[in-house]
Amino acid sequence: MLVAPVFLLLIFFLVLPIAVMAAYTFFTFVTAGVETSALTSANWHEFFTDSYYSGFLVKTLRVGAITAVLCGVLGYFPAYFIWATTFKHKWLLLLLLIVPFWISFTIRTFSWINILGEQGVINVALLKLGIINEPLPMLYNEGAVILGMLHFLLPYMILNVYVSLESIDRTLIAAARSMGCTGAQAFREVTLPLSLPGLAAGLLLCFVLAAGSYVTPQLLGSGRDALFGNLIYDTIMGELNWPMGATLSIVLFVVLGFFAAVYTRYMGMSQIVKGLGG
Amino acid sequence: MADGVGWMKVGRKQEGRWAWRLTGFVTLCVYIFMFAPIVATVILSFNASMFGGFPMTGFSLQWYAKLMANEQVLTAFRTSLWIALVTSAVTTAVGVVTAFALVRFEFPGKQALSTLVILPALVPETILGVGLLVLIKAIDQPRTMLLLVLGHILLAVPYVVLITQARMVGIRRVYEEAALSLGASRFSSFREITLPLLIPAVVGGALLAFTISFDNTSASLFWRPAGVETMPTQILSMLKISISPEINALGTVMILVTVGIPLLGGLILQSLTRLKRRGQPTEEAR
Repeated sequence: MLVAPVFLLLIFFLVLPIAVMAAYTFFTFVTAGVETSALTSANWHEFFTDSYYSGFLVKTLRVGAITAVLCGVLGYFPAYFIWATTFKHKWLLLLLLIVPFWISFTIRTFSWINILGEQGVINVALLKLGIINEPLPMLYNEGAVILGMLHFLLPYMILNVYVSLESIDRTLIAAARSMGCTGAQAFREVTLPLSLPGLAAGLLLCFVLAAGSYVTPQLLGSGRDALFGNLIYDTIMGELNWPMGATLSIVLFVVLGFFAAVYTRYMGMSQIVKGLGG
Repeated sequence: MADGVGWMKVGRKQEGRWAWRLTGFVTLCVYIFMFAPIVATVILSFNASMFGGFPMTGFSLQWYAKLMANEQVLTAFRTSLWIALVTSAVTTAVGVVTAFALVRFEFPGKQALSTLVILPALVPETILGVGLLVLIKAIDQPRTMLLLVLGHILLAVPYVVLITQARMVGIRRVYEEAALSLGASRFSSFREITLPLLIPAVVGGALLAFTISFDNTSASLFWRPAGVETMPTQILSMLKISISPEINALGTVMILVTVGIPLLGGLILQSLTRLKRRGQPTEEAR
């Protein structure tokens, strides 16, 4: 009874759409915006034979993986710092991590244009200093896209790692130290292994969100840097090829679901739940 | 010999100190990395120059004035505000009740539901967007405002449920049982006992739901009815033309709204609990 509203919402807006989308992948595309329910495997055939699509998929997974790994490396330091610091106003550091979540994602993304663009901070400063003669082309390439994604995903990573560091029993580290471990050894043998669940949850979350992104490549990348999300959007909203768009969506759903399933198989869901709930 | 060991210890300590300094340095860089673009945008919004970039040519509020006269932007802002308010209210109500049921009761399919409910936060928005669109195309329905709002509720529900669940677990069942044994109905025990204890989670969830809806871009691009622009989609279409200083001003206003509201809410909440705490022994859940 109590869960009825949410249950219905999930059925009609999550489960059913994905099921219908799966069925749509077998529909026949006639012309822009028109399809018939005559069953065909043409969409899947096209997907598996045309290297255009697999190229997009590989690129998307590569960009997602690079972003996730960079997030892990760069995010671990702040998480560890916040956890270990004796700074009195630790809450401020945590608050500053949450503030970006409140700032519109679109704004955070386009604000990079003010840093990297031809009239951005870096180019204008370098020009003024006479180090370069013409602006460096830093925008509209894959690096800028990864940078933008790093920017919006880092707080997720830091919070995930922080949550799992916070759950470590600190006496374990004291015990390791009293047994003669150096600080570095205690970190390597105790702290790091115990924080791995948070790191893994953060990596999965960053990877999935990066691989599914649409806005960042749209704003910071050129046409060549489009990712799978952009491909889906263009197929549906541009070409109005709904069966193919559904096919591509299902592909992304299955591929990302596969990674999530591998993760939950070894780690369980609880760490992600903790990371999302703060 | 003894000296040698001593030196080694100093060496190790030094090493630890360097590692700690490195950690601090990277942390500082990450924080700068996260806020530098935002700060640059806010500064540029006051630029007198015609172009949306550096260098600064003087201080001016003209872009804000221009913004206030931009009918499209104002309409998009109002649309987003309404959608976010409705989303926040509905999501909080259904989310809190769901979390309550998930923590307090046993029912068939509970495990499946608690997994299903966090999925909207994990499935990429593009997929959710296309899925819903395909569904309503299949049953031949138009895209409506209601659809957009329900979609936003779907996206916000995981967060409200998770936040409430986390708080709920910390509230001991004995309080509700005491109320029940004193003759309160299930509903009034929830209203009189559980809900007041849940207030921090309720407020936190409502604020988060508001910002999730107000911010949503990718899914809204798919779901919005023809001709309707929300604030983020409006920004996106303005960006397609050029980076004007007006966009920087708009960004600054949005930052003020979306950061100001939760901060204000947090402050109010803090002073409320402080007032309440006077004269009552507290048992903090967390």
